[in-house]
Amino acid sequence: MSEKKQHDTPKSYLEETGGRKGIFKWILSTDHKRIGLLYLYSIMGWFFIGVTLGLLMKLELIAPGKTMMGAQAYNATFTVHGVIMIFLIVVPGLPAVFGNFLLPIQIGAKDVAFPKLNLLSWYIYVAGSILVVSSLFAGGGAPDTGWTFYAPYSFKTGTNMLPAVLGAFVLGFSSILTGLNFLVTIHRLRAPGMSWLKMPIFPWTLYGTAWIQLLATPIVGITLLMVIGERVFNIGFFDPAKGGDPILYQHLFWIYSHPAVYIMILPAMGAISEIIPTFARKTIYGYRAMIISTMAIAFVGYFVWGHHMFTSGMSGTALFTFSILTFLVAIPSAIKVFNWVSTMYQGSISTDVPFLWAASFIFVFMIGGFSGLVLGALATNVHLHDTAFVVAHFHFIVFGGTGFAFFGALHYWFPKMYGRMYDKSWAKTGWLIFFIGFVTLYGPMFYLGITGMPRRYFDYLPNYHGPNIISSLGALVMVAGFAIIAINLIKSARSGKKTTANPWGGTTLEWHVPSPPPLENFDEIPTIDKATYKFD
Amino acid sequence: MSAHAHRDDIGSKLGMWLFIFTELLLFGGLFITYAVYRYMHPEAFHLASQELDVPIGTINTIILLISSATIAMSITAIQQHKKKLTLVLIAATILLAAVFLVNKYFEWGAKIEHGIFPGSAYLDQLGYGDVLFFGLYFFMTGLHAFHIVIGMVLLGFIFYYVKTDRLKPDNFQLLENGGLYWHLVDLIWIFLFPLFYLIA
Repeated sequence: MSEKKQHDTPKSYLEETGGRKGIFKWILSTDHKRIGLLYLYSIMGWFFIGVTLGLLMKLELIAPGKTMMGAQAYNATFTVHGVIMIFLIVVPGLPAVFGNFLLPIQIGAKDVAFPKLNLLSWYIYVAGSILVVSSLFAGGGAPDTGWTFYAPYSFKTGTNMLPAVLGAFVLGFSSILTGLNFLVTIHRLRAPGMSWLKMPIFPWTLYGTAWIQLLATPIVGITLLMVIGERVFNIGFFDPAKGGDPILYQHLFWIYSHPAVYIMILPAMGAISEIIPTFARKTIYGYRAMIISTMAIAFVGYFVWGHHMFTSGMSGTALFTFSILTFLVAIPSAIKVFNWVSTMYQGSISTDVPFLWAASFIFVFMIGGFSGLVLGALATNVHLHDTAFVVAHFHFIVFGGTGFAFFGALHYWFPKMYGRMYDKSWAKTGWLIFFIGFVTLYGPMFYLGITGMPRRYFDYLPNYHGPNIISSLGALVMVAGFAIIAINLIKSARSGKKTTANPWGGTTLEWHVPSPPPLENFDEIPTIDKATYKFD
Repeated sequence: MSAHAHRDDIGSKLGMWLFIFTELLLFGGLFITYAVYRYMHPEAFHLASQELDVPIGTINTIILLISSATIAMSITAIQQHKKKLTLVLIAATILLAAVFLVNKYFEWGAKIEHGIFPGSAYLDQLGYGDVLFFGLYFFMTGLHAFHIVIGMVLLGFIFYYVKTDRLKPDNFQLLENGGLYWHLVDLIWIFLFPLFYLIA
């Protein structure tokens, strides 16, 4: 940039192409904002496929017996639905999209610490996702183990496990590198005056998330490599016929995959903690408690994996310990909910679109959280294990939690990303239909699970028919809501009304730069001298 | 662009340490598996470990320790503006790594010749403990050898960069990171060697 140009309004990152044309200005750019959008588009693409598979399952379950697919096709559908949704969407989700776009701006930096590594992470993500999806088409049919790849079935089944497992391994790499990048960025690139306790909550949650990504992902990496070793070299780590222990697989798998749930939910909580103060026009209640609870969730979440295995065979002491620890995680989560509600108390609330998403997030997150305690208690777990109740709980937390926060964040930061505002009345309509559909879809599954309907079957006894019809209709409503949201946003990204730098009146740094931000975010690195979330 | 010319050696080193942390955890999963199965089959692990070739293992340990020393010396050499010595020391490290792999090849070859490899009919009839011991042996030393290869490629690039003056006495962070990575590879072997060859 020449001296003279700097005095004009700088070009936005969307106009600054670096001399590249067409798709290359995206896939060769190391700008964290473009990389964030690359993730957004790829994740939304896969989400579309994942939703379609989920809808197919609900249509199969609309009546007992075979309605549109048989047992094997159903097994493959829930496996691929799970693998896509978990490994391609919710794990990268908020950190890769909003973390990339916002972390450097919110801490007053020009980019992440390693911009090239950041772009490489996206390429690894794409390679991994193509591997995963190729398992659908090549060889012996789509994988049918469920997204958990439980041994020994994962190396006994004749279906196409290898690309799916290898793809999940590769995706883990992308996740680790993103986490590593964020950690170094937060440690090294905070603007002058941006002390740890002046940092907004969203970067804090990304910090906690990055540690989990770094500490937990290698374990699942090696576990998946071992499964590959089993399939290719017949080693016998998890094969009882050779002395191996399948329970050990479950332990190693959940040592990652439970903390992974906190990879999904922590940045979601961070996004909600950004939205609520802005729309209540009040500083966040209990800033320090928010940070401590974030780190507490990240820490304790590492030690609760055993609650996935209460019926797998563990000593009584282990069962008891894992159950207690599971209950402990509920404490910092509840602190967050209380703080969000206290932030709203006596605030001057404007029920704009992002606020609606945030408020409904709290609602569904609490249902998901409380049903989690029901599952974390030993006695009820034995009754509810592997029933539709687990599916309902999981979707209330992961889809209701992370998904709602993702859409909330998207509606909150959309004007910043594109410099345009979406149609608010359509956005509200979409939210309402989506919310109603969501509750109608997953609500009845709690009841079905308590009355004994198992998960992962394409068929059920006739007495479960009623709630299943409601649930399937809910799925259709939810997909309709999603369609409205998606069409509205896609249209608005192209032709929405131009907006200002700070349409919501937010206080964090991203609202002090133009919308869309210039290539290097700030003309001059800002100096921070007051606490974040100070409203006039 | 000014932002990308920006250089942060401490940040770069921090990133490398974090990456090393993840590598240790990656092997950590295997060490846990080793611990569990050793606890379940102590005698079989004891007997199977006597099958391994302690002299070759010892020689390879010495080779890796020397290679760690040479790469550490190359970092001192570049700081003292001795470009030629730096190049010689990096090349020596790569060469020692290659010798390690050749030894490994003969060691594995001998085992495979005796019918000891994962999935072999001979190994399967020996019993659970042997299957698991040799499964872990091949998997862990194999993964370690793979890291040696990655390290060699990395050091090869660094050699080229030093040669073409992209790494200089005032800007050699990549060499230092390569050295850190190489010490990690060495460190893991320091654990593998006693666990497989010596604890009998």
